[in-house]
Amino acid sequence: MHSFGYRANALLTFAVTILAFICAIASFSDNFSNQTPSAQIQILNINWFQKQPHGNDEVSLTLNVTADLQSLFTWNTKQVFAFVAAEYETSKNALNQVSLWDAIIPEKEHAKFWIQISNKYRFIDQGHNLRGKDFNLTLHWHVMPKTGKMFADKIVMSGYRLPNAYR
Amino acid sequence: MGFIGDTVDSIKSIKTRQLLSQAITLGMIVTSALIIWKALICVTGSESPVVVVLSESMEPGFQRGDILFLRMTKEPIRAGEIVVFSVDGREIPIVHRAIKVHERGDTKEVDVLTKGDNNDIDDIGLYAEGQLWLHRHHIMGRAVGFLPYVGWVTIIMTEKPIIKYILIGALGLLVITSKD
Repeated sequence: MHSFGYRANALLTFAVTILAFICAIASFSDNFSNQTPSAQIQILNINWFQKQPHGNDEVSLTLNVTADLQSLFTWNTKQVFAFVAAEYETSKNALNQVSLWDAIIPEKEHAKFWIQISNKYRFIDQGHNLRGKDFNLTLHWHVMPKTGKMFADKIVMSGYRLPNAYR
Repeated sequence: MGFIGDTVDSIKSIKTRQLLSQAITLGMIVTSALIIWKALICVTGSESPVVVVLSESMEPGFQRGDILFLRMTKEPIRAGEIVVFSVDGREIPIVHRAIKVHERGDTKEVDVLTKGDNNDIDDIGLYAEGQLWLHRHHIMGRAVGFLPYVGWVTIIMTEKPIIKYILIGALGLLVITSKD
């Protein structure tokens, strides 16, 4: 009962149990953080808007993204993955979500930012439905913890519209 | 030499009933583990409720050796979700983020394009020949939680199988020679 083997086994089991418990509590504590993120997106320019050879519409935009995601960071946060998606509806598709830009925010200090970018990923439709299309620009964020449950949310900004003709 | 002498003595002194009883205990342990695993599959709705991150394509968020907890619900797949999918012809599932989602109005079927956070290009190169989108049946689950470092045990055992054999051999020896 007092051999090295038994003692090592008991110690290891206890250590793993306590570690698992601590991870669970750390994750649970994330539920109590008060989160007040804010964001604004402005379309500075429609760079070009064309129909591709195989029939799909494609548009290139320059966006101005201002956001303050500092309140999302807790002591259990490893990084926040933020991305801007254009969301719209067409006659064939009930929902289209196209990610235009994303960024990894590793620390709280970098979470308040102002950035001007053209779309990192191509904004291509399934079809040619984009002329005159109303769409939302949504800033999504995914909080990746140091341990435990990941959670995500978004801010929807509506009122954007693509031009009626190709250019 | 004393240890080897003791081991040989204890192997000689094994009684059949005791051996059977130990075999049954071992069988119970293995079966309980299997039951827990299958129950997890049922509860989370995913074929593999826990996966180990094998590549660096999702760094710095997920490092090699982390484990992810998955869940698969009937809710539609949306952009930004971290999905685990398998591609026809590849046996190892891939954990990446959905960056484009097109959902059909009538059938609710969905076309998904994924990309690893740390990769420069999207995953079209990883999909099967001619495949441009992932569909729901390719996706095994969504990552909902994560534990760092715990998966290294699995990686070591897969990449250096000799360690697996050593461990199982040592465990077997321990079971046979233990006095209870």
